[in-house]
Amino acid sequence: MIPAPFTYQRATSVDEALDLAADGGEDAKFLAGGHSLLPLMKLRLAVPTVLVDIGRLGELSFVRDEDGHIAVGALTSHHDVVNSALLRRELPLLAHAASQVGDPQIRHRGTIGGSLAHADPAGDLPAVVLALDATLVARGPSGTREISAADFFTGLFETALEPGELLTEIRIPKPGTAGWSFQKFTKRAIDWAIVGAAVQGDQVALVHMGSTPLRAAAVERALADGAAPPEAAARAAEGTSPPDDINADGGYRAHLARVLVGRGLAESRSRSGQGHT
Amino acid sequence: MIVNGATVEAEVADRTLLVHFLRDVAGLTATNVGCDTTSCGACTVLLDGQSVKSCTVLAAQADGREVTTVEGLAAGDGQLHPVQRAFQAEHGLQCGFCTPGMVMATVSLLAENPRPTEEQVRTGLEGNLCRCTGYHNIVRAVLAAAGGAEGQESR
Repeated sequence: MIPAPFTYQRATSVDEALDLAADGGEDAKFLAGGHSLLPLMKLRLAVPTVLVDIGRLGELSFVRDEDGHIAVGALTSHHDVVNSALLRRELPLLAHAASQVGDPQIRHRGTIGGSLAHADPAGDLPAVVLALDATLVARGPSGTREISAADFFTGLFETALEPGELLTEIRIPKPGTAGWSFQKFTKRAIDWAIVGAAVQGDQVALVHMGSTPLRAAAVERALADGAAPPEAAARAAEGTSPPDDINADGGYRAHLARVLVGRGLAESRSRSGQGHT
Repeated sequence: MIVNGATVEAEVADRTLLVHFLRDVAGLTATNVGCDTTSCGACTVLLDGQSVKSCTVLAAQADGREVTTVEGLAAGDGQLHPVQRAFQAEHGLQCGFCTPGMVMATVSLLAENPRPTEEQVRTGLEGNLCRCTGYHNIVRAVLAAAGGAEGQESR
């Protein structure tokens, strides 16, 4: 299988990438690692006419400590997220979750920004940045803007990014001393999550329980009201709309959400206070 | 593109995949197309030293970069690479279709983690499928290669 024909253009700067995308019109797409986009193009589920390759923009690959938050460049590969000493220390939830994406080859090519912009509800990292209250930074023809993770994921494979707008950076507040956990239920090692749960302290987000990643709002409210973790976890499926597919029906997904959030809260609490100096 | 140390230049269609460039343009047919969906790892090659699935990389993305296929592992005198020798010695293959990808994934794994545990080998090769289910000997081969490479260095 090869993709339908398109015009390939390689950007040497973010400004040039924005210009090339603007010239390419509505059917232009940015290409980072290509590990979400190219498979879709081979299946003709995506048929862009112009691909703007941003894969060599070193300026978008970084992890920086910026006092109150950690800034991660959108083009940082999963491999580099996993192996960042700064992220392992300050945001172990993100570093660990990135190690659960795909397989080593995919992690060498796939990027955090690509994964978020792709907005697959079964993807691991969208739920993680949602749980972490991240802010996403986008640059477009009309300038730079910040979008909260809560506002970024708008639908199935849809985000708040405008056509021609490029996700450049993810800013994640340092979570302090709270424990964390990432729970992912799959049939095989490299599969997408049937359901997953990202936990940072009392903040909980769900993978594959709707058309976007979701905060487990009922769980968070219960914890805030003083409920014990198992009692709170029992409410994990409230307010969700889990899909039926070949791997699981919605009822089974709801069960998994309750179990995984329960495990996640237990693991998170067992880690509380660890891993920070 | 620099393939196995030699420059390969060609004008290809923008949509050409790296695996097709390697097989059809460079004439290096050891790299197999298996699932063609980024799952099986049969098409694994090294791009600037890191394992990638070449069915999911455009040739244009590898423009000017260093690509290593299994044909590029053996020394100039024909001496097999330690990982190839270990796969041979431990019988880390059955039908052989997945082997080029397994070997390249192993080279990348051992470059990142020269002394993996058995569990690290199994998770490190999670992106490579063997439809003969010959995993046990493959894992033994990787562990042998890890030990053997160190043995060579200490000689």
